[in-house]
Amino acid sequence: MKEITIISGKGGTGKTTITAAFASLAKNTVMADCDVDAPDLHIILDPRVRQRFPFYGMKVAMKDEAKCTQCGECRKHCRFDAIDEHFNIIDDVCEGCGVCQLVCREKAIRLLDRISGSIIVSETRFGPFVHGELRIAEEASGKLVTLVRKKAREVALEKGRDLIIIDGPPGIGCPAIAAISGSNLVLAVTEPTVSGAHDLERVLNLTNHFGVETVVCINKSSINPDNTNKIREFCESKGLEVVGEIPYDNCATKAMVAGMTLIEFTDCPIAKEIKNMWSKIQNRLKIED
Amino acid sequence: MRVVVASGKGGTGKTTVAVNLALSLPECTLVDCDVEEPNCALFLPTNLEKIENVVARIPKFDLSKCTYCGQCADFCQFNAIAVIKSKNLLFYENLCHGCGGCELICPTGAISEGVRKIGEIHHGITDHIDLFVGKIDVGEPMATPVIKRIKSIALKESNKPMIFDSPPGVACPAIETMRGADFCILVSEPTPFGLHDLKLAVGVTRRLRIPCGVVVNREGIGDDRIDRYCAIERIPILMKIKESREIAELYSNGIPFTNKFLGYRQMFLNLYKSIEKMISDSRRADRS
Repeated sequence: MKEITIISGKGGTGKTTITAAFASLAKNTVMADCDVDAPDLHIILDPRVRQRFPFYGMKVAMKDEAKCTQCGECRKHCRFDAIDEHFNIIDDVCEGCGVCQLVCREKAIRLLDRISGSIIVSETRFGPFVHGELRIAEEASGKLVTLVRKKAREVALEKGRDLIIIDGPPGIGCPAIAAISGSNLVLAVTEPTVSGAHDLERVLNLTNHFGVETVVCINKSSINPDNTNKIREFCESKGLEVVGEIPYDNCATKAMVAGMTLIEFTDCPIAKEIKNMWSKIQNRLKIED
Repeated sequence: MRVVVASGKGGTGKTTVAVNLALSLPECTLVDCDVEEPNCALFLPTNLEKIENVVARIPKFDLSKCTYCGQCADFCQFNAIAVIKSKNLLFYENLCHGCGGCELICPTGAISEGVRKIGEIHHGITDHIDLFVGKIDVGEPMATPVIKRIKSIALKESNKPMIFDSPPGVACPAIETMRGADFCILVSEPTPFGLHDLKLAVGVTRRLRIPCGVVVNREGIGDDRIDRYCAIERIPILMKIKESREIAELYSNGIPFTNKFLGYRQMFLNLYKSIEKMISDSRRADRS
């Protein structure tokens, strides 16, 4: 079983649009949305939910008011400022480390599991789909990414599917690390903008750091041909293949508004470029059509 | 006044709005809290200077005192410590949240406090903008401590109007950026993705009890779904920025579009004044 992860240093570069287009091109695959902060792939894939599992993120400290003597030890030792001046625990800030429980002389504090979201398995017109939903203001998104990937592998095994396509999160933090580690290939999507180039470098440092093979797609390439050239040269100097250059075109947005993948919506040049890019990726991953 | 520019989703134009708003004010402090991918400085004529390393607290182990009892590993909720009874202790510093619990629980005093570098704070000045930029070191998973630090430095150093450029999403880094703000500008696009993520972001501002308003970016690419949602939810639409290939091209070259389209400067200034008024009105309403 192979896994490909689509990421970008910066948000809004077109990860989800490209992932959705791949969904309609790929055969025998499971889709996974690992952008658990702002998952959008389901808007295009229109999933019929089959199963929903609770996601226990971090723990949370709970206080038994009756036992609390307001001695202040918990507040003194909490390094996350999660206990206010009235010795109430601020749920949003509590990291669930358990130090307050440890120092409480009255045994008034316990650590509880908290449900931080769900992991959802669905069926779509392109096959099985796994995604995560993080409750608002919940943390541990890296952990949820790991569990979404794990569930996607289970589904792939169960249904005999040999590829998992992962829509990754933006950035280079905890969720991005969780989305790429152990993946067979990363497709880094960038734009020919000063910020796009800056973020691509950081993302490539990350994939390099974790030793994951990486290819690059320059989206909206026609918006700035000079910068596109620079990115292409930069990738060449690093020995990275640019598998696609997608020109700037509003039909990507129109397809999204219509709730379709680009491949379903149109046969315009950008759809062709994505098809082309997909066959290069198939070659890389050594998967059959 | 502390204004955060946020959005559920990346790439909606947070940095564009934050930078152009900053350029449109007579003076202000701009704080780039997108520490994974800080971009504000790319649009401003300033040289950044490193002013601080951000460090995280981690345990230091004195193995000569360690009896390999394993209590620290049992305690650690983040699986950052593993103790093997055949006298080996492994510490995964990337997983450590720095809670200090292992030091407290160790019966032999083998653990003391150490630090490690996780990021940097940079500072730069243009003619009327004081810029603070946080950068997390590549490979570090936790952005929140860097954001906490940059906020506290900026708040200590500045009493000018403050604009915070938030990271995308609605998880810990975005929430840490928003916490304590007087107002939140939510940047959105008139598309299904834009609306979906805007709803998440509105949920966060409500949970944190921060008043918010929307700036619609790339007006014209989609439909009127943002307007309809905002009308139902009684969220003010503060401003609209038209979809324009020219703006996208300026952006791609690192040029703030208000440098070219000067009319937008007055619009941003008006936007800021309307936020000031909304905040003072709501404070007055709270008092009465």
